[in-house]
Amino acid sequence: MPDAAATPHTEPDTWWAVRLAGLRKTFGTGAGAVHAVDGVDLDIADGEFFSMLGPSGSGKTTVLRMIAGFELPTAGTVRLGGADVTALAPFQRDVNTVFQDYALFPHMSVLDNVGYGLRVKGVRRAERRVRAGEALEAVRLPGYGDRKPSQLSGGQRQRVALARALVNRPRVLLLDEPLGALDLKLREQMQIELKSIQRDVGITFVFVTHDQEEALTMSDRVAVFHQGRVEQVGPPAQVYERPRTAFVAGFVGTSNLLHPDAARAVLGRDGTFSIRPEKLRVVEAGAALAGGEVAADGVVREVVYAGANTRLVVALDAGDELVAVQQNRRESAADVAALRGQRVRLAWRAEHAFELTHAPTPENTDPQAPTSGSGSEPGPSGATHASPR
Amino acid sequence: MDPGVDPDQGLTRRRRPRAVVRVSGFLHRHPLVRLLGLLSAPMLWLVVAYLGSLALMFAAALWSVDSFTGNLIRVPTLDNLRTLITQDVYRTVALRSLAVAASVTVVDAMIALPMAFYLAKVASPGTQRLLVAAVLTPLWASYLVKAYAWRTMLANDGVLSWALRPFGTSGPDFGVVTTGITLGYLWLPFMILPIFAGLQRLPDSLLEASADLGASAGWTFRSVVLPLVFPSIVAGSIFTFSLSLGDYIAVKIVGGSTQLFANIIYDSIAGGTNPPFAAAAALFPVLAVLLYLALIRRTGALENL
Ligand SMILES: Nc1ncnc2c1ncn2[C@@H]1O[C@H](COP(=O)(O)OP(=O)(O)OP(=O)(O)O)[C@@H](O)[C@H]1O
Ligand SMILES: [Mg+2]
Repeated sequence: MPDAAATPHTEPDTWWAVRLAGLRKTFGTGAGAVHAVDGVDLDIADGEFFSMLGPSGSGKTTVLRMIAGFELPTAGTVRLGGADVTALAPFQRDVNTVFQDYALFPHMSVLDNVGYGLRVKGVRRAERRVRAGEALEAVRLPGYGDRKPSQLSGGQRQRVALARALVNRPRVLLLDEPLGALDLKLREQMQIELKSIQRDVGITFVFVTHDQEEALTMSDRVAVFHQGRVEQVGPPAQVYERPRTAFVAGFVGTSNLLHPDAARAVLGRDGTFSIRPEKLRVVEAGAALAGGEVAADGVVREVVYAGANTRLVVALDAGDELVAVQQNRRESAADVAALRGQRVRLAWRAEHAFELTHAPTPENTDPQAPTSGSGSEPGPSGATHASPR
Repeated sequence: MDPGVDPDQGLTRRRRPRAVVRVSGFLHRHPLVRLLGLLSAPMLWLVVAYLGSLALMFAAALWSVDSFTGNLIRVPTLDNLRTLITQDVYRTVALRSLAVAASVTVVDAMIALPMAFYLAKVASPGTQRLLVAAVLTPLWASYLVKAYAWRTMLANDGVLSWALRPFGTSGPDFGVVTTGITLGYLWLPFMILPIFAGLQRLPDSLLEASADLGASAGWTFRSVVLPLVFPSIVAGSIFTFSLSLGDYIAVKIVGGSTQLFANIIYDSIAGGTNPPFAAAAALFPVLAVLLYLALIRRTGALENL
């Protein structure tokens, strides 16, 4: 269910690098069947940095493998640059993949690895060496051509895998959690490098990750996957600021949900609302509000000191529990610890609480947040979702 | 201190006898002694039983037998070796043995590669278990039973001739070819299993990466699969080659009047007539296998076994 605004279907077919329509993949048959991908429609524009974000087992890899041609869809079509490639073999498609484990050929030198695709296409040896060398320069590994993959660090292997794919100038580059194996520092560095390489070469990147921060910082658009479906597609700011479902709100960042009962008491409105923790201001109970602010009183139930900031879990008098994140500007660890059990007031600007347009249903809420018997309304235990990091 | 807490925190009661502690402490500080202790029994076996008998064989190759009394003469002479090198019949048999061993190896490799590939990369887990069992079970059956089974199949009135009759031909008579077929069958599992293991170690993503970069299945096989399982093929070939070179039973059962080199060795010993000559003849397969290993070493495959 792509956003109508984000996918103007009036564009000519060739404008899209990748178009997935009604894509399904079922593994196994009968009772043991797994619906890994359960009806995905996605349109990815030329030159876009497109991320597929979702928890483990949500079907991201399977979608990527169907675009690459390693997996045949059970139903639906894959179109690349306007041409239907659903039935084509991987080597007949103008896409290249950067594998999660890099899949470098261990018996070939780095240069031969990078030049492999060119050799298959019959490019002459001399030209091959030049172009492979250029690709290594593009990923900032000049002079590493004679090494074997086993003589490289994880980050260097990742860049060789990138060069090996980029040198073929594919229309689309598929990357399956390419940074997953790297440590935090290297990962942040590679995120920046990947992004700038993508800007330089102008190739469409389809980037799979389960790291919401990675998806938000790198992408032009993000698709949030959940149980084989796309819950929301849009620019990072839109997905973060305006999640349409409780699942998206919970998976992309930490989310506070105000369920209908509490919402009626606090906001005087019907519906389920989401508020980001950093938008909440913690003040003394009964303190005056600034213009345009809304507030709810409650008791601090938990204090989690995390160096730069503190997370407060506040049980509202109206029923729900909200998490507030406070920067530790002046407060010490002892100061914030003393807040436990105190009555406080949470204040926020009215426009920062927004209604989930798709009220969570038992089917698409987080399985860790059991729903109440009423069918369409999540119970109180579904109030907060920790971000899965 | 809390009186309830043991000042030693419970360590005293678990202390082991001093002697044991001292010995294991000594071993811990002297890894070489530890290694010797670990390896002494197998080393003894290797040195005395294996290398010793090999050395004895080299020595015996230089002895001779008194043609009149049949007694061993323990005086070094090169007569046995000279006979082996100069007489045409031995050269012919040696070359025939090499040819049989080499072709058994090549044919087994060609059969084993696709079979192992199917086993490791295509078959579902259930099918895979079943087929691995099917490859292994013949190893449980007696050598003689298998050889005689091939004898009935390849005989003039056997299954093969019967199957080929409608096409106007008949199967090969007992001889070199039937020997090769039988040996190829006998040693096939020794080729399939190492290649299967090698292919299982080969990540699927390498095959996918190759296809992803535009390579057809054949290209992927030649430039990714083959180089990476080559050490496994070599491992299998060491089995098939040396086992074929040392075999003298199959050829007796299905070889008709054909002689292989191992028969020469066997006959000189079994008749009790000339053990020194048998020892000299046995140098040939030893040298052939050593030469084969040296050739393989140059390809670098031994380091990657
Ligand atoms: N070859 C297969 N056979 C059976 N089930 C499979 C197969 N591949 C994937 N699945 C199942 O399909 C579902 C989706 O898997 P997929 O690999 O696409 O998830 P993912 O979103 O990439 O997860 P992760 O973030 O852990 O990589 C999972 O439940 C998985 O168990
Ligand atoms: Mg995955």
